[in-house]
Amino acid sequence: MDNRKGTSISTRTSQAPAPRGGEDLAPSESSAALLRELVAHLRQNRTQLREEWARRITRAELLTAMTEEEIFAEATAVYDNYVEALETGTFEALQAYSRRLSERIIPRGVETDEVVGIVLLLRDVLARSLFNKYQDNVEKLNRILDSYEPAANRIANTVAVGFVEERERIIRQQQEAIRELSTPVLQVRERLLILPIIGVIDPQRARQLTEQLLRAIRANRAKVVVIDVTGVAAMDSGVANHLVQTVEASRLLGATVIVTGLSPEIAQTLVTIGVDLSEMATVGDLQGGIEEAERLLADRAAPTTQVREIAPEASR
Amino acid sequence: MGEELRLPIAADVDVVEARQQGRALAAVAGFSSGEQTVIAAAISEIARNILMYAKKGEVILSLVQNGDRQGVSVVAIDQGPGISDVERAMQYGYSTSHGVGAGLPGAKRLMDEFEVDSVVGRGTTIRMTKWRRSV
Amino acid sequence: MEVPILRQGQYLIASIQSALTDADLSHLREALIAQVGRSRCRGVIVDVTALDVMDSFAVRTLRDIAHMARLRGAETVIVGIQPDVAFAMVQLGLTLKGVATVLDLEEGLAFLDGRTKDRGGSDTRPRRPPSGPTRG
Repeated sequence: MDNRKGTSISTRTSQAPAPRGGEDLAPSESSAALLRELVAHLRQNRTQLREEWARRITRAELLTAMTEEEIFAEATAVYDNYVEALETGTFEALQAYSRRLSERIIPRGVETDEVVGIVLLLRDVLARSLFNKYQDNVEKLNRILDSYEPAANRIANTVAVGFVEERERIIRQQQEAIRELSTPVLQVRERLLILPIIGVIDPQRARQLTEQLLRAIRANRAKVVVIDVTGVAAMDSGVANHLVQTVEASRLLGATVIVTGLSPEIAQTLVTIGVDLSEMATVGDLQGGIEEAERLLADRAAPTTQVREIAPEASR
Repeated sequence: MGEELRLPIAADVDVVEARQQGRALAAVAGFSSGEQTVIAAAISEIARNILMYAKKGEVILSLVQNGDRQGVSVVAIDQGPGISDVERAMQYGYSTSHGVGAGLPGAKRLMDEFEVDSVVGRGTTIRMTKWRRSV
Repeated sequence: MEVPILRQGQYLIASIQSALTDADLSHLREALIAQVGRSRCRGVIVDVTALDVMDSFAVRTLRDIAHMARLRGAETVIVGIQPDVAFAMVQLGLTLKGVATVLDLEEGLAFLDGRTKDRGGSDTRPRRPPSGPTRG
């Protein structure tokens, strides 16, 4: 916390309101009064400051993904939020606005440096306007800047962070979607599913795989699932544990799981976490696993001969 | 946030109510249906624990926020006999199903944060939280 | 909340309709045991499709049912565990080992048909499909 009197957030008891313009200033004039004067100035000159800012944005070739009308509309909202944040010293509204703004403009292709750029431009436009107004009273100018700068920096920070966080959220969303796409559960025969796992599995992906598999077992009424881990280089004990859980959960849905493609390393990991490999059905390779699965399925009586009358209340 | 739901636990219907409210709150927080089930199961375990060993108590549900992440917080309070050896209780598996606090290790496995404060003769407070994998 | 128990040939089918308290589960257990004892029942199906949570008490109760039924010569099979519920169960460490579980009622009936025809097998891993002559 800046303990110079320039901290814009503090509210000190004010003394007589400061006179306007470049007059001499009582040395003990409070920063709260200065801040009010500053905010009043920004509001009074809203139209032209906003326009100048929008012009500079275009000149700096920022927000090229947006039209001039759009830039102006957003500029208006940002300006008003900016001034309000200065006035109230609170930043929640600004943060919320920043998120919504980001949500709007990120799909348009706006980049982080553009957003940071325009906020800094606004800060500069307003600072210059203050220079112009108080250039005849350096001391007052200094005091006004003491009020303005910390708040302006915090605003820039808030907006930038809001944008970045929103971007990260979107990226995570996209990653999730990609993960879903990249792990299809394949139905190759009736009642038989194959889940080939390829690449690196992190805990989140592992969880997703299990959920997808269990849903697929139910949807396809699968009796046998072959999980092929040939394409998995290594597995830590957390993920190995997860594999075991997947096998057990599949059993609860009535499906037998055959794990294929276990490398000696992964087998070792499973043993280390206490898995009894003799309890887990494993086959060396995927082909062998499918053959075993078909054997298991053939052993069952064909379900169609079991059609029977089921009492209405008991049917689902 | 600050939305808090206090649920008395005095009968086994209350256990059902607590886990259903927990599920509903998890849905509001945006948890997937699988995670809602997990939260409901954890609440069921500790609410039942209250009933079995303290006869009555309270479960407090609330939404919590940590920066960008949302979560569900569950606090279970009772003035029951307390757990004399929390460490040992946390090691019990389900095979020792009648030990005091048998539901605790399971609930701990399901949640992201888990804390037990217990004083023999005074009671037990369990705090657990699950965070939404933020997306 | 009482769980309806239907008789279907030599099988009993208990269909859980909604959320059950611990007391309801205990009553169900007692009711099933009593009925199995009374009649020449060869199999018990407990349909948990409507349960959206299965915790340690539910699992214990189902295991008790299966155990008691077996002592009276009946096989038990649990049907309809939901995917989310199954996942939560294994994370809790509840596996229902030693109790048959299948996808739905149709599978449950097929399973019991297989088991009751193959009497004499001391197979304790009921989930492995039965080998032997196909049924006609």
